[in-house]
Amino acid sequence: MDTGARTPLVEPVVDWRHRHLLDVDVLSEAEIMRILSTADAMAEVLQRNVARTPALRGVTIFNLFYEASTRTRSSFELAGKILGADVINVSGSGSSVEKGESLVETLNTISAVGADAVVMRHHASGAPWLAARTIDGHIVNAGDGQHAHPTQALLDAYVLIKEFGDLTGRKVVIVGDILHSRVARSNLWSLTTLGAEVTLVAPRPLLPAALSNGASEREHPLALPSVRVESDLDRAIVGADAVMALRIQNERLRGNLLPSSAEYARRYQLTSERIADASPEAIVMHPGPMNEGVEIAVDVAHSPQSRIEAQVSAGLAVRMAVLFLLIRGGA
Amino acid sequence: MTQTRPLIVRGGRVIDPASGVDAVLDVRVVDGRVAELGAELSNGTAEVVDAAGLVVSPGFIDLHVHLREPGQEHKETIASGARAAARGGFTTICAMPNTLPAMDTPATIDAVVLRARDVDCRVLPIGAVTMGRQGQEMTELAALRDAGAVAVSDDGDAVADNAIARRAFEYLADLDLPLAEHCEDPAISQGGVMHDGAVSARLGLRGQPAAAELSIVQRDIALAEASGAQFHGCHISTRSALEAIAEARARGLHVTAEVTPHHLFLSHDIVAGEGEELLYDTNAKVNPPLRTDADIEACIEALAAGVVEAVATDHAPHAAVDKCCEFDRAAFGISGLESAWPVVNTLVSRGRLRLADAIARLTVGPVRTWSLDTGDRLGLGTLAVGAPADIALLATDAPVRIDPELWESKGKNTPLAGRELIGAVAATISQGRIVWDGREES
Repeated sequence: MDTGARTPLVEPVVDWRHRHLLDVDVLSEAEIMRILSTADAMAEVLQRNVARTPALRGVTIFNLFYEASTRTRSSFELAGKILGADVINVSGSGSSVEKGESLVETLNTISAVGADAVVMRHHASGAPWLAARTIDGHIVNAGDGQHAHPTQALLDAYVLIKEFGDLTGRKVVIVGDILHSRVARSNLWSLTTLGAEVTLVAPRPLLPAALSNGASEREHPLALPSVRVESDLDRAIVGADAVMALRIQNERLRGNLLPSSAEYARRYQLTSERIADASPEAIVMHPGPMNEGVEIAVDVAHSPQSRIEAQVSAGLAVRMAVLFLLIRGGA
Repeated sequence: MTQTRPLIVRGGRVIDPASGVDAVLDVRVVDGRVAELGAELSNGTAEVVDAAGLVVSPGFIDLHVHLREPGQEHKETIASGARAAARGGFTTICAMPNTLPAMDTPATIDAVVLRARDVDCRVLPIGAVTMGRQGQEMTELAALRDAGAVAVSDDGDAVADNAIARRAFEYLADLDLPLAEHCEDPAISQGGVMHDGAVSARLGLRGQPAAAELSIVQRDIALAEASGAQFHGCHISTRSALEAIAEARARGLHVTAEVTPHHLFLSHDIVAGEGEELLYDTNAKVNPPLRTDADIEACIEALAAGVVEAVATDHAPHAAVDKCCEFDRAAFGISGLESAWPVVNTLVSRGRLRLADAIARLTVGPVRTWSLDTGDRLGLGTLAVGAPADIALLATDAPVRIDPELWESKGKNTPLAGRELIGAVAATISQGRIVWDGREES
């Protein structure tokens, strides 16, 4: 990333072909790098005494959140405000959504009020694609069901590139509830596009069947990127440059999908003993919110190797970059 | 229907798989029955239906439709479903009992029979296996049979409880009624909204593994074997289930099955679509879900080999609002009556099925599957003299673009919209009456 003095914010955005950010699967390496270098410029803005820029003045952004969120919603809200946009928050509760209004109707209403962009989080996989077909505004996917979370993947890439520069050949281990994880799916696309060697680690009930099945499903034209899949974290972690633990929901640990939380921790918790087998410069990541003591040991979460806070700060700059490129990109 | 004017269906290629006839012949229809087949029959006072260049087939029989009446008339009515059937070449359709209320008493069966009396095709009711299709308490199965039920089914759900399923099979053995099972083990499918495979993994949608179908198929084969009753597998969609059914049939068990046109033709890929942006096509959301290319091949092979003797549409009409929503929330189902022949005939045109076999699986095949040719239905599914004059005139070479806006069904929900297929239903005669005539269109 070029962190030089040139600020792209005063120049028009040219050659940005995407109207929406639904997932990172359609982004080329160059496009991902463009977002990340724009995020660098945004990080500079954030360093100013008065962290404000009028890049999106006159723009109205709706944050439409059907699921609870702290870091994603607040960082999108702040991102829009720092860029001078008007940001309106709509959540599932306390709105007409609670009265039974359909997603399509809510979108049409927001569009009629004059939304230039809608940042949306929804519990149904694919909901942002429906939104993109329904209304004219830019759609930014802030997490859909168990499918995609593109800005999380981009901020993870930002942190990794800050750490390692080029990701080609870098070993990234993602461990946890892959089956239900939109973070894992989006990271698979961006990390493989950037040349990293990804290993997914999970017990079988937390893996999509297609990833552990035969070649025909892994070679399917619509399949997720084909990467190494392991059930044994101790084996997978050897020599890793980065280890990303995923949140595991408590209700999945009560004998239903897995025997117990203790059994999960025994096999898959990121402990300092396990991290010791990774590369000496290895970093630890987690998209949050964490269950400390379950998927990640407390000391590891707060160790010098942890980049969990850096992920949160990167989120703001990356989301500013995304909003700016989409809205000023003219696509 | 006995007062209809005599007809002569002239000059078509008559294909009647039951008798093996495949020849250019005229068909004379008198009093709602086939009166005579022959070359260049005299007109007399009969109305001539020109069938030159068309295939003359027995009217199609569909073992599996959802007519939504009573209870969801905004999706379909018995009358609109029957018009759709006529337009699709179907002259007999079997109505699934997942209405509101469910067809679980003789009175609800009677109500459907009564409302179906003057519609454009024959409607045969299917009774529920359990009260309210709740899977808890058996219906009065003999009373349902006596009210006219030709099979029983809790379709939409399997009879999931093993104890109820066991007792239902045992009881049905004396009634000569097939148990038409929706083969999905809910403990295994766990609310999956599409096939569990590469595409569900990609889209982050909950998957329904093939094992959910096999589980119920294997259980019901065991119960059919133990009881002697007939197990009929509805809309079988997976290779493994078809293999189990083939094996059971080879052992002489009373096991039958149907496949749908969509499972013969479409894979789970179309949920994602073909463009760069993912589609999450709710019109491709159906239960059982669209499966893999290997499963499609298995369905075609089973149909060609006669392991499966019936194509059934699982016609499941829905209102637009039921599909214009998030994929998870969208209703399951494809409106299928009016695209069945183009789909099946397209497989014929690609050399995957013989024309006579394709017609057999839509006519005499389903009749034999459920032994429907009894009483005044003697000869159903054939063009034998004396059989009901149920006739479909088929174009086998005509390219068609599927446009549900032209359909009679209220349900426009199909993932085939816009597809170019080959084959059309030119006209349909139901019990001697012309109920669909699209010959000017083609």
